[in-house]
Amino acid sequence: MGFRIGSDWRAPIAQLEALYADYPKPHDGVPDFTVRLFAARPWRRFLRPAVMIGGDFVLPEAAPLPLAQGLLAAEMGMNLQMALGQRRYLLLHASVVERDGRALVMTGISGAGKSTLAALLGARGWRLMGDEFALLDPETGLIHAFPRLISLKNEAIGVAERAVAGGQFGPLLAGTPKGDIRHLVPNGAAIAAMDASAMPAVLLFPRFGFAAAERDVAPSEVFVRLTQASTNYVTLGERGFDALTRFVKTVPARAIDYPDTESAIAQVEALWAAL
Amino acid sequence: MARAESLRIAHLDSFIAVYHRSSGITHLITAPAPEILATLGEAGMSLAALGERLAQDYELGDLDESALAARLDELVAAGLVSIA
Repeated sequence: MGFRIGSDWRAPIAQLEALYADYPKPHDGVPDFTVRLFAARPWRRFLRPAVMIGGDFVLPEAAPLPLAQGLLAAEMGMNLQMALGQRRYLLLHASVVERDGRALVMTGISGAGKSTLAALLGARGWRLMGDEFALLDPETGLIHAFPRLISLKNEAIGVAERAVAGGQFGPLLAGTPKGDIRHLVPNGAAIAAMDASAMPAVLLFPRFGFAAAERDVAPSEVFVRLTQASTNYVTLGERGFDALTRFVKTVPARAIDYPDTESAIAQVEALWAAL
Repeated sequence: MARAESLRIAHLDSFIAVYHRSSGITHLITAPAPEILATLGEAGMSLAALGERLAQDYELGDLDESALAARLDELVAAGLVSIA
């Protein structure tokens, strides 16, 4: 999956180049999607600059971001192009890590901790396949990797900074619409193996801020929650229905509540060992 | 009346997911809707015949025909059953 990024300013591009320096170029040299960051008004390029997000697909109500958050605008732009333009895969808003050739998929509302858990597991021997989207192939049932920058928010920034020794972090983006954001570059193993897909072994619904607890999630509840977590379920039509019902019927699902990340890691490891 | 054509059906648990190809809408249905759709089939039958078949297949005894008619109205409103 390749992206072409255009910007009226140099700074966001330089930050992207630094953070994506170790990533391969698109195989055929042709990007799949285009993202454009442009000045909200021409004169704003110099006076109190604000970044608008554009590209192959646009959201008219997307608010402009200050130039200091241009990197966030570029990342949001890339997510937007994927969310609306992707036709080959069923996209699930989820993080994915892999071990022994099998994928652990984590989904949930914003703040549930799926990015944080993916970052921490990625530093403990799991391969990070993606922090934002799980790409489910309707033909094979495989999950494809999409290891973009890990977007850490608020308290998760400190947690990851302490847990990921030697991690390469982007600049701290303070006061964005989602609070403070700092990006973490996936490690070399994740980037080197980004072409390797994996069969999903378990689906987790993590929830941060509660006493440790676990429960099975019924297939029908999983189905409903994943239609909500998918950005292109409706667009894919019957292919999306077939891909999702196959996933729901073959992949066991567990909800886990956790009070802190150490507990969550222990719960995930125990669950994985019991599969 | 008959089951709408071009339905794709996946059994999940007590709920059944139904994809309606004509509208692109996904429905999640539970008893007795799946049994009604399965019994009606795409060939279809009258309300009385449907009640008779359901009572026989599921050992319902005296079937409340007005309740069955109400469930059918819901399925017709959802587009999953067509009135011939």
